[in-house]
Amino acid sequence: MTTLSNSKMRPDFTIIAGMVRPGSWVLDLGCGDGSLLTFLKGARGVKGYGVEIDDTNVCAALEAGVNVLQSNLERGLRSFGDATFDMVILSQTLQAMHNIEGLMHEITRVGKEAIVSFPNLRYAPNFKQLEAGRMPVSDVLPYQWHDTPNVHLCTLLDFEDLCEQVGLVVAERIALAKGKPVTDNPNVNGELAIYRVKKINSALSGLPQE
Amino acid sequence: MASNQSVSQSAGTVSPLLARFDAPFIFRSGKSIPGFELMYEAYGTLNADKSNAVLVCHALNASHHVAGIDANGDEGWWDNMVGPGKPLDTNRFYVIGVNNLGGCFGSTGPKHANPQTGKPYGADFPVVTVEDWVNAQALLADQLGIDCFAAVMGGSLGAMQALQWAIAYPKRVRHALVIASTPKLSAQNIAFNEVARQAIITDPEFHGGHYYEHGVVPANGLRVARMVGHITYLSDDVMGERFGRELRDGLQYGYGAEFQIESYLRHQGEKFSGYFDANTYLLITKALDYFDPAAAHDGNLAKALAPARGVGFLVVSFTTDWRFSPAKSREIVDALTANRTNVSYAEIDAPHGHDEFLLTDPRYHALARTYYERVWNSIGSRT
Repeated sequence: MTTLSNSKMRPDFTIIAGMVRPGSWVLDLGCGDGSLLTFLKGARGVKGYGVEIDDTNVCAALEAGVNVLQSNLERGLRSFGDATFDMVILSQTLQAMHNIEGLMHEITRVGKEAIVSFPNLRYAPNFKQLEAGRMPVSDVLPYQWHDTPNVHLCTLLDFEDLCEQVGLVVAERIALAKGKPVTDNPNVNGELAIYRVKKINSALSGLPQE
Repeated sequence: MASNQSVSQSAGTVSPLLARFDAPFIFRSGKSIPGFELMYEAYGTLNADKSNAVLVCHALNASHHVAGIDANGDEGWWDNMVGPGKPLDTNRFYVIGVNNLGGCFGSTGPKHANPQTGKPYGADFPVVTVEDWVNAQALLADQLGIDCFAAVMGGSLGAMQALQWAIAYPKRVRHALVIASTPKLSAQNIAFNEVARQAIITDPEFHGGHYYEHGVVPANGLRVARMVGHITYLSDDVMGERFGRELRDGLQYGYGAEFQIESYLRHQGEKFSGYFDANTYLLITKALDYFDPAAAHDGNLAKALAPARGVGFLVVSFTTDWRFSPAKSREIVDALTANRTNVSYAEIDAPHGHDEFLLTDPRYHALARTYYERVWNSIGSRT
């Protein structure tokens, strides 16, 4: 389910760590080889579980010392109760999922908050490649159109529309390009978007204190 | 000690050991026996602080002979998993296999004399439960001076014992490896067991469980029991692939073993009835049926597993296992995650059904090996 599972340190890791409170109980969906959880354990002292579908990744995550649960995210998260986790993380996994709306509901049901990161299709260099007549290929989108697991690419604006549609509020948004934060027109200049979201009703009961 | 042997070997020639317990043993049923013996085997070397011991629990038809070659030249039932350089590496760990109480491979069971009557216990041997087995295993650990197992591991009914260890003795087990198991039998599982029991009990040679005194064994019943059991260990696909509708010698229009599958099941039944005790088979099926740790907690498995919070778990299931399906293992995993217990879970997509846990599936063995690396690292001393 993970798209870039085997790169040890992805640019979104430090941003995600900044959005997670120390000692949080986290669920990392599409945890790959467990590198994000390992990083968060070191950086923020988090504990929790990773969910992964791929056999090789499950073994790698086990080797990394992560609590890994082999499961298909498309089947939902029924095994976890409401608000079980302080934070649910979907790091560059969203775009590879089929039932995105259902998953957005599920992650904000089992998590008090959720972090979602994904590649921005509208990122200017991607757009340029499209204008030149080709599907974009980059470090963040390393696949050819015919063998990509990324079936649901979107833009920041698209994602924010979906959040509104499913009753989520954006608590935080950081866009990165070449690993650095972008503030100017992120929907065009951001290569990778990282959002912290939560349900509207839980947002009314107070924002998280950092 | 060699830490990571690349070449795996056999545990070599092994001899069983007998442990004697002189205090009365009280079963969950309230019945008791005045004392008992447990037959066990051990592989590897117990380290100075006795922290590298791993207990391997057997399922329905196996024994204390887990690895290596015994005096009869027979290979241990989990020899592909346990041995020097194997996933459970006896160069590192001191591995113990125990024939459970009520068994028929040397531990006190129905074949043995009831000290009160001087005759074999037969059907009078108290009905054993998984809890009883684990309590008896704990007494063996006491005798060996093992305060805490690095891990307790089992498949199927063996895994229920690993689970029970974590519930009953959470301070005495660091890790539990729960393979192809279930937190309780389904009605269908119990139904299959009941067919097996009825086959034995209604055999004219059963004599109410006291067949030893008549110098006979209910071999027919045991054969049928084994045949029924065997069907549940294999997947439909594998049975189809291996036997299909293949005939041995064309249609004979009779009741001989015409289809290869009939011949195979008869052979399995025949082999089994030659070495297994019918009363032990009855006892073990009851232990399976009774196991339900959640029952004492209104069916809440998470509550039942709450004492096991400090134990690390590896749970493994196999996609084609219809006896104890992955959904059953997931119930265990869900209860553990609800308690925030350290657990990893793998669902191996493999064709062979329940029996897969005994086979050499590279993904499954890689997981076990990797998890034992974690177990090894969790042991403070490695002398």
